[in-house]
Amino acid sequence: MTLDTSLLAGTAVGKSVPKTDSAEKVLGRAEYIADMYLPGMLHGAILASPHAHAKIKGYDLTEALAAPGVVAIVTGDDVGEGRMGAFIKDEHAIAKGKVLYVGEPVAAVAARTEAEARRACQLIRVDYEELPAVLSPEAGLEDDAPILHEKLADYIKVFDAGSTGNLCSRTELVEGDVEAAWAECDVIVEGEFTTQPQAHVSIEPCGALATVDPAGRVTLWSANQSVFRVQANVCESLGLPMSQLRSLTPRVGAGFGNKMEPHIQPITVALAMKAKRPVKLILSREEDFEMVRARHPFRVKMKTGAKADGTIVARDCEVLVDCGAFADDSPGVMGYALLMCGGPYRIPNMRAAGQLVYTNKLRFGAFRGFGNPQVLFAGEQQIDELAEKLGMDPFEIRRKNLVASGDTWFVGPQVASCGMDRCLDAVEEAATKPRADGTPRNLGLSITAHISGLLGTGAIVRMLEDGTISLNTGATDIGQGSDTVLAQICAEELKLPFEQVAVASPDTDGSPYNWGTTASRVTYTTGRAVKGAARKVVDQAMAHAAEMLECPVEELELREGGRIGRVGSNSDVTFAQISGRAHWAIGGPIVGSDTLVFDQPTHDPKRAVALGLPFPRIGVFSFAATAVDVDIDQVSGQVSVHEAWTAADVGRAINPQLCEVQLYGGFVQGLGFAVVEEMVWDGARLANPSLMDYKVPTSRDVPDALHAIIVEDPDPTGPFGAKGVGEIGLNPVPGAVANAVAAATGFRHRHLPLTGERVLNGMIRAGTA
Amino acid sequence: MAKKQLFSLSVNGEEVDVASPSDATLLETLREDLRVLSPKRGCNQGVCGACTVLVDGVPVRSCLTLTALCEGHDIGTVDGMGEDPILATLQKHMVEKGGVQCGFCTGGMLMSARNLLAETPRPSRDTVKSALSGNICRCTGYRTIVDAVCGAAEELAQ
Repeated sequence: MTLDTSLLAGTAVGKSVPKTDSAEKVLGRAEYIADMYLPGMLHGAILASPHAHAKIKGYDLTEALAAPGVVAIVTGDDVGEGRMGAFIKDEHAIAKGKVLYVGEPVAAVAARTEAEARRACQLIRVDYEELPAVLSPEAGLEDDAPILHEKLADYIKVFDAGSTGNLCSRTELVEGDVEAAWAECDVIVEGEFTTQPQAHVSIEPCGALATVDPAGRVTLWSANQSVFRVQANVCESLGLPMSQLRSLTPRVGAGFGNKMEPHIQPITVALAMKAKRPVKLILSREEDFEMVRARHPFRVKMKTGAKADGTIVARDCEVLVDCGAFADDSPGVMGYALLMCGGPYRIPNMRAAGQLVYTNKLRFGAFRGFGNPQVLFAGEQQIDELAEKLGMDPFEIRRKNLVASGDTWFVGPQVASCGMDRCLDAVEEAATKPRADGTPRNLGLSITAHISGLLGTGAIVRMLEDGTISLNTGATDIGQGSDTVLAQICAEELKLPFEQVAVASPDTDGSPYNWGTTASRVTYTTGRAVKGAARKVVDQAMAHAAEMLECPVEELELREGGRIGRVGSNSDVTFAQISGRAHWAIGGPIVGSDTLVFDQPTHDPKRAVALGLPFPRIGVFSFAATAVDVDIDQVSGQVSVHEAWTAADVGRAINPQLCEVQLYGGFVQGLGFAVVEEMVWDGARLANPSLMDYKVPTSRDVPDALHAIIVEDPDPTGPFGAKGVGEIGLNPVPGAVANAVAAATGFRHRHLPLTGERVLNGMIRAGTA
Repeated sequence: MAKKQLFSLSVNGEEVDVASPSDATLLETLREDLRVLSPKRGCNQGVCGACTVLVDGVPVRSCLTLTALCEGHDIGTVDGMGEDPILATLQKHMVEKGGVQCGFCTGGMLMSARNLLAETPRPSRDTVKSALSGNICRCTGYRTIVDAVCGAAEELAQ
């Protein structure tokens, strides 16, 4: 294979340069966690709980320890009292004293081969005392419900969660006067909506590899979205000082949220410590479904009112969220969903309240969209319902109420840049043209906002002796292309050719802190840090150049290709000359670093009341509009998408092609969520933990005509104006599909997914079958 | 556990003798015993397609294929077929058109696409989608992958 290197030439922002990891991936040479082997390495396997809720009374390991190839076994007795968690520290490294869901890791074996480890797991005897289980959030809130976490009150929490009984957290946000506002409304719609659990299905299952050096220091590679969250979780749950654990990442086969918080890293480390040998543990597909995490099912009660001219006056939204057995990112997901439940509209009176309830199920957690798709499914259908009642066009009612630059978002965040109107216009122009074959369109529309920002991030930019650049951010590229985009930002700021910037792999020993590849945040937050660090490199290079060119710094300019020269003169010096000298001269080698946390408050107490808000600072806003044109099979009810358009305001497209692929991929993952994907529990047990029984879209299920339209409304704080794009393409899809199905069939669906059976039943009830 | 036995295989044009459990799948033998790591274990059930390799040029799920049945057949994997002109053209278009995201499905996807273009020089978009429908990609939405295969087909037909 020969690559066209002309695509790589020049500086970089705004160019669709191929991803830096694409060549190794098409050649089959990218190294993922399962591809790593160390001398003397053992293989791990996990014994999962068969019970939803039970006390562990004891273990009999005799037979398992005697099995061929077995070196070490870890159970809850081998780990301390430490608990980990992003918002509420409620989770041990492995079940200890109790199991809380079917599939929870109870014991783990390290053996010579994976087959031997798996076989030995089946020889472990665990003495359980079964307890009654909580299988729904409604049941969890009943007075006599069995309690999952008896010591909930004692757990460390990072925000005012209001935890009690099985209530993991509660959040309530109020702005204006909703109750009084209903009287101003000429039309009110009200309904209850439910959404189903969705599995991430990264094609790479979760895995980890740990080794312990003779001094006891652990090195851990794993499939993850943040080496730093892995480090924190392992150390919290195993009681290790963070300096005793080095966390790294090979290539990651996608995440979508599943690999953000811990999965099997603490167990793998515990096995390696006990076996005193390297241990690799890779989950099977079934285990990846049953053990890790999934998208939250939501029950949404929503009421929205508008005036006769279509002006939206008030919205009330109440959500009941299934947390699963551990808090994980759930308080954040619910809080964020409530913050976003008004959609990208000006609604003066809003109340949003939610309860998050522990149940004896797999933990639910972060999944692309982070609660936004669930509330949008309700909210965007209610906008269409208002339009129907008022006889308005769906584009028109939205346009009338759109948020704009300079507005304040629900409870207080400032909207500094907003291309929402242009997204809506672009989609309307494209989608309202007739089909090529003249058949009528069945259009559904949905619009959304999403943030990018949140917690700590950093960058270190080093100028090497020859003037080329090493960029180290600690941000894990999970395949979306952040290494490439960050290198583009760095190259642009330094006016260097893109290929002269090498990106270091995340390593807690050497990288600056990065909270993670999550919240659509890497381009925006890490990009800001990269730009800031690169600017410091320029400043230092300027100081050296001033001495070399014997003139004041103020008279110098940075020139394309890594040169600094005197304004109005041809004389200049190259980065190679500057850096070569800097390694010997006073001032020293050139290193720029920058760190930041997004600094605008979420909540303005003068404006709104906020109780149990998990994010004190949140981020900048991206926007998107999606229209879908669906066909409905008149016999099966099956929904297929004939054509779809998503226009997204990404601030500035650092790499337009990578933005487009985010929108395509987000659309199809959202389409799976909208029409087919559903994790089904049979009592306490997940009934479909395999790709045979849990269907995701294939190449035949997606429309050929899938359009991505990039809108750029630069954010004043974004690197070159850039904002996030990772999640926004998924958010609107369920709502858009539901609106299209309602347009096509005359029946409005309030429960996801819109399977053929549901749609056909709707058609029968509406008399359109 | 099944006893190991010696298998004589031809992998990417090289004759190798490898000791594998008698009931080993081709995926296990390639990865664990030969360290040919480009075929991936995505589901181990023949659904996701990440383990797809070519046996005598035909794509097979190596997770469902017994090593014992592969003796005397030519096995091709994406990391060992660098000189193949069809594959090289596909690889170039995958990179340029943005058909690669996380990369975990990419090797298997390319094996299916390579077979398609070897058999059908100018496939329609629908034919490409059908040929790739046994390889699941969760990142790209397939759009850029189909673009890449169509682009490669066009270049090869010139």
